[in-house]
Amino acid sequence: MPNYSFNVNGSAVNVDAPADLALLWVLRDKLGINGPKYGCGTDVCKACTCLINGKAMTTCVTKVSFAAGKNITTIEGLANGDVLHPVQQAWLDRDVPQCGFCQPGQIMAAVDLLKRTKNPSDADIDAIENICRCGTYGRIREAIKAAASNMP
Amino acid sequence: MTDSGTKTSQGNGAETGDAAGLPAPSRRKILVYAISAPVLTIASGFTLNLAAPASASAQLLGPLPPLALTPPDTVDYYDVGDAIAQTSAPTMPLVKLVIGTDGRIRLELPRMESGQGITTAAAMMVAEELDAPMGMVDVVLADARPELVFNQLTGGSSSVRSLDLGLPLIAATARARLLGAASVQFGTSPSNLTIRAGVVIAPGGQTATFGSLTNAAAALPLPTNILRKAASQYQVIGTRTGRLDARDIVTGKKKFTMDQDVPNAIPTMMRMPSQIRGTIVSVNNLGTVRAMPGVLEVVVIPPGGAITPRQVGVAVMAETFGQAWAAANMLDITWGNGPIRGQTNETIQATLKNSILPFVVPPLGALTVDGEFEMAPASHAPLEVDCAIADVRANRAEIWAGLQSPIITQQAIAADIGLPVSALTVHVVPSGGSFGRRLFWDPVQSAAYISKVTGRICKLMYHRADDVRHGRMRPHQYQKIRATLLAGQVISYQQRAASPRVDTRHGFGEIFTAAFASAPPNVQQSIGNLAVEQSLFKTMVASPYNFGVHSKELLPLALDLNTCSFRSVHIQPARATEEIMVDEIAKRLNRDPVEFRLSYLRLARARAVLQKVAQAGNWGRPMPAGYAQGVAVHQETRAFTATLVEIDAREPLNAKVVKAVIAIDVGRPINPSGIEAQMQGGLSDSISLILNAGLTFKDGLPQESSFANYRFAKMRDFPKDVQIFIMPGTGDPIAGLGEVGFSASSGAIANAYARATGLKPRKFPLNAQPAFEPLAPGKLPDIFFVR
Repeated sequence: MPNYSFNVNGSAVNVDAPADLALLWVLRDKLGINGPKYGCGTDVCKACTCLINGKAMTTCVTKVSFAAGKNITTIEGLANGDVLHPVQQAWLDRDVPQCGFCQPGQIMAAVDLLKRTKNPSDADIDAIENICRCGTYGRIREAIKAAASNMP
Repeated sequence: MTDSGTKTSQGNGAETGDAAGLPAPSRRKILVYAISAPVLTIASGFTLNLAAPASASAQLLGPLPPLALTPPDTVDYYDVGDAIAQTSAPTMPLVKLVIGTDGRIRLELPRMESGQGITTAAAMMVAEELDAPMGMVDVVLADARPELVFNQLTGGSSSVRSLDLGLPLIAATARARLLGAASVQFGTSPSNLTIRAGVVIAPGGQTATFGSLTNAAAALPLPTNILRKAASQYQVIGTRTGRLDARDIVTGKKKFTMDQDVPNAIPTMMRMPSQIRGTIVSVNNLGTVRAMPGVLEVVVIPPGGAITPRQVGVAVMAETFGQAWAAANMLDITWGNGPIRGQTNETIQATLKNSILPFVVPPLGALTVDGEFEMAPASHAPLEVDCAIADVRANRAEIWAGLQSPIITQQAIAADIGLPVSALTVHVVPSGGSFGRRLFWDPVQSAAYISKVTGRICKLMYHRADDVRHGRMRPHQYQKIRATLLAGQVISYQQRAASPRVDTRHGFGEIFTAAFASAPPNVQQSIGNLAVEQSLFKTMVASPYNFGVHSKELLPLALDLNTCSFRSVHIQPARATEEIMVDEIAKRLNRDPVEFRLSYLRLARARAVLQKVAQAGNWGRPMPAGYAQGVAVHQETRAFTATLVEIDAREPLNAKVVKAVIAIDVGRPINPSGIEAQMQGGLSDSISLILNAGLTFKDGLPQESSFANYRFAKMRDFPKDVQIFIMPGTGDPIAGLGEVGFSASSGAIANAYARATGLKPRKFPLNAQPAFEPLAPGKLPDIFFVR
């Protein structure tokens, strides 16, 4: 079985996995990193979104082989110790989550957007496709705008 | 610790941790508090004004006032929340509130958190009575506890209503005993002591923490005559409070069922039949699939099940979910027909329509306003798919799952696997949404079977495709409604709804009512199910209007679908259509929709929320062509809401809600942030089910299999301008919250759509459904990669 080395949340990892196993299952089933969630497996709900070399990607449709040599950031690696990332803090300040299942993916999508755009427009935010079945979209929009001014 | 709610002891506990995830001392000294006797009084729901006069303003406008003799509705006297609260009350003293020597206050909540915010509300109640900061309170979900009988059912928007009957008294008792212990320590009367921020303070300034007092407090006799705080003293309740688990959520630490740390739990996925409740004829390549990389077991799941039928299918256990999915899709399975072979939305709706008797001829001179409505079936589609972990051994079993009815789950699974109930431990895990879906325990049944036959720990997760197709759903519904008008007045309102029966075999959450609802076993449309379903209909669906002779009838049909209550159960379809009819009646009488409602609403609280949104939303403001406002009002579980929306329907088959103004009267508000969140959720669900999302059956199976074609709201569908007004409490008791936000927003969207387009909203969802290529029946999607 092939072996892959990459960084997850700043730590080097090394896994044996079939080349065509999705990164999501490597993270969850082999590395025990459960922040990224399964919601569809088909790149629709986006609950598995993580940052790969700083860019938001859905790990359910990313082969583990793609991750080799790259830096993966999951929701667990976003904060700096006890200091939350501005997007996480904005999520807390606006009391965004309901059930919370989609929120790791939502936060990662928001981090990616704010990296690309300092002042995201409503249209930019509308382009986020992550599904929230509880209907927290209004608060997500507010939190993204609030976080925009606090991004590093 | 003591395990009893009615006596205390100390120092011999074996508690195993707390919600903060910290390891507990092995022989931790802690104390369980509970009140000594069920001295609870049931909050009265019997004081509503049954024949409120029409508003003076409406009378000034000229039209005749509505009939004064409209008979009250069942729900005015008794609603499903009353039933759950009353049946919960006797065992409320058994609810565990624990204060550890570490000073943590831990509530073991006999309900399930699925995003609706009840753990936060419960923690607020505890913090309030103990004068402790929220940060000292942990809430964990209690394992199934059969001794709680009816007091571990999460449903009917009843949780906070129920808890309010016991939890404040339990916490107040704990407070009294802590003060008793401190009074001994400081040599002063308890009345001289105060508690501030979770610390007891003596007159001389000496302090004692809860943790330092808990052992001494446990040795004191139970106090009597405990009173809860007066509402006027509240410091926590009514203030905006962030979710208890928000930090865990945003840092990825919150553990859902599939995140539980159960060593050696094996990822398991299933294939399910090509039709709902279809069968397996043969599996043609078991050996090939068993030999695939990473595959550990392949298990054929036959029909069976004690209280409810087990989901038939073929399960694959593998080293990872990815490998289980890949192998499951390689299975060559010959499927057999199910009981709704050949059925489509059209055939089912035709059957429903034909089952409703025609209305009688109206009186001479009367006008009628008629409407017939079709609702597509709706999958709850919580973002966390159906899933469970089961570890079944020869003489014991352990279960982890998100469960609204854990007691009956424990009882039913025990029967399924042939173990005594006491041999099962059922852990209730917070779920990633539920909306009613987890009233049943389908994935637990499958996981327990797989674990039993393989001897392995089964970590079962449905694929999204099967969660949508084979997971329980709100079934199709057809309604016929007639309002009869005479001399400018509404003199009668008749509403008849036909629907495949909604499964209520969870009963009131334990075996006796569940057995009743399922008797005889495995008969889908039993007399018992019919009785429970009718009682839900009668105790939930209420008209807020003085419409004279009012009748509502439910006709459940014996169609063998996988059904379940969906947020609001029968209320949202019934009330959304009534609000549409109200607009059409007002139009027929040439009256303004708001003014007409104000003159016919029975209750002042309903009028107040409507007036609030009409004023705040600037009702009647001019709108550009293709845009319109719509309004609706609703009462449910003793709460009242109104919604005013603005819609952009320039493309009538692609309408979008662009603004919403919502008013909510929930009696005594506990957490404004949580209340607003539930209203936003109700709005989002309304946008989805009124405009965009529905299932379409073909040959006995929904064609949809994904959020790509079952089009629940996304960010771009949710209006950017949403204003929510929480009506100040005026002494009314706590009302239900989780479901009430659905119907007014649904009605308002439909009414705005009608006003913008001139089209009568009749068939939901209203927007065009883009064509898609359905996933083959009986298959999972093929795994694909984009990188």
